[in-house]
Amino acid sequence: MSDTASFGAVHTGGRLGAPRWLRSLAYWAYQYKRTWRGSVTTSFLYPVLYLAALGVGLGSLVDHHAHAVSGVSYLDFLAPGLLASTAMQVGANEAMYPVMDAIKWGRTYFAMLATPLTVKDVVRGHLVWIAFRLLTVCAIYLAIMEAFGTLRSGLAVFAIPAGVLTGLAFVAPLAAFAAAQESDRGFSALYRFGLIPLFLFSGTFFPVSQLPRWLQLVADATPLYHGVALCRGVVLGDLGLAAAAVHTAYLVILAVVGYVLAVRSYRKRLVI
Amino acid sequence: MDPSPAFPAATRAQPRLGEPLVVARGLVKRFGEFVAVDGVDFTIGRGESYGFLGPNGAGKTSTMRMIACMSPVSSGTLRVLDLDPSRHGPEIRGRIGLVPQEDTLDLELTVLDNLLVYGRYFDLPRPIIRERADELLEFVQLNERAHDRVESLSGGMKRRLTIARSLVSDPELLILDEPTTGLDPQARHLLWDRLYRLRRRGVTLVITTHYMDEAEQLCERLAVMDRGRFAAEGAPQELIARYSTREVVELRFGAEPTDVARRLEGLTERREVLPDRILLYSDDGDATLGEVHRRGLAPESTLVRRSSLEDVFLHLTGRTLVD
Repeated sequence: MSDTASFGAVHTGGRLGAPRWLRSLAYWAYQYKRTWRGSVTTSFLYPVLYLAALGVGLGSLVDHHAHAVSGVSYLDFLAPGLLASTAMQVGANEAMYPVMDAIKWGRTYFAMLATPLTVKDVVRGHLVWIAFRLLTVCAIYLAIMEAFGTLRSGLAVFAIPAGVLTGLAFVAPLAAFAAAQESDRGFSALYRFGLIPLFLFSGTFFPVSQLPRWLQLVADATPLYHGVALCRGVVLGDLGLAAAAVHTAYLVILAVVGYVLAVRSYRKRLVI
Repeated sequence: MDPSPAFPAATRAQPRLGEPLVVARGLVKRFGEFVAVDGVDFTIGRGESYGFLGPNGAGKTSTMRMIACMSPVSSGTLRVLDLDPSRHGPEIRGRIGLVPQEDTLDLELTVLDNLLVYGRYFDLPRPIIRERADELLEFVQLNERAHDRVESLSGGMKRRLTIARSLVSDPELLILDEPTTGLDPQARHLLWDRLYRLRRRGVTLVITTHYMDEAEQLCERLAVMDRGRFAAEGAPQELIARYSTREVVELRFGAEPTDVARRLEGLTERREVLPDRILLYSDDGDATLGEVHRRGLAPESTLVRRSSLEDVFLHLTGRTLVD
């Protein structure tokens, strides 16, 4: 429908020419005022528990018997991979239920669309909000890693943008998916058959090279593999520029394509 | 009681009363094969209160959503505030207020925060939103609930809050989609009173409803919609004069009404036989009733009443239930 495409196409900026999507971002910030304490606590607790149990506990066994994975201690190997996996999980959570809520239960998107905001503003505001959440989660993760003594170089801070990018590579396509769902039933299937296998087999816990050849090819194609490789590479400082570029490009493309699909999916659902 | 400065109408360019705010010509809304609005024409003037009256599925909400620039026009032309909704959606929406059929309040935020965040969507400066929010909460009698979560409000309170929220941007045109459906009589009357006050302040109201009393109370002009088209348009009294008689005689008989109906033939131009009663449409109800008795009929109960909008509505849209 051609008139749908142009619907609300004129861009009237804010008072100071600020982009309009900042106003829908403001809504999510209001929402967060209520829940930020619990969410920040979780962001601290999760890495501490995982790194203590798997990195230090299980790691001491691994290091004792296998003599270090990829030439570093198991904790050093595991931590950046977990950072990427956490970004994926947090991103997926934020992109599925809240999106469905804003369409079906709370109908927040409809409230926004009755005002000067357009579908693009709604999508951008929400995605930028999730990016901000990812930023805080990754920054906290990195701080905990430092406390566990696994960081050696200042370049490790690049794990924060790398983690955010990993998260967004999931967030944008999943938001597009969520906006097309009639109910939340698809979400738990996606966790069981998508996110959990990715979490276990994308190189977070052991190098993908230990998988059978055909599974390696599958793993190589998944976004989490590239996210883990990128985060681990910048933390351990053993990533070549070419490899870094490939991982980054893969994730950026996924995020951008996901954004385009999300705008389309939202429009189909919200502008009827 | 009334002089709230929440609506600084004077800050706008001098509006001319009666200038067309919404103009639709051959307006059509299609959903795939289904035609929800089937070519309607109407003009709503500034300061007017205009109602869309019709059974469920008549196309009222689709029409409203197009006027609110939330739903693209399938064909025909529509101009709102002298702008084209397909090109100036954000600008138009910035100048109108919408009270949707289903509340879209944030249940987890407080009453006040709902207004504050909504005002942000319109890019209003924070102090202005604050000031208006206080005044509006007083206007809809929710000022004591400002810091309560919306979750805890009753249905009527939520509706009032939705109306307050739609007024945060000081709109020139307020669109209300079934504003009082599901509310108890007290809540409805309070809402009607607030809408009446808005009308007096010069806010243009566009309302959909399937309640006759609401249409009669709130609307100066009405469109009766049925299956996507206008069955009639005009002021409530005009519609009654045009589509009904001055009075209606209602007769109830113990026996099957159809047997009696034959003996009432020729008495009035129009008559309606319902399962439980017979309606005679007459300009002089008492005279008609006298004639009924003269014909030797003894109804169990009789009622002579003025014609109402409901008679017009049922005459135009039929008595069969359309779901």
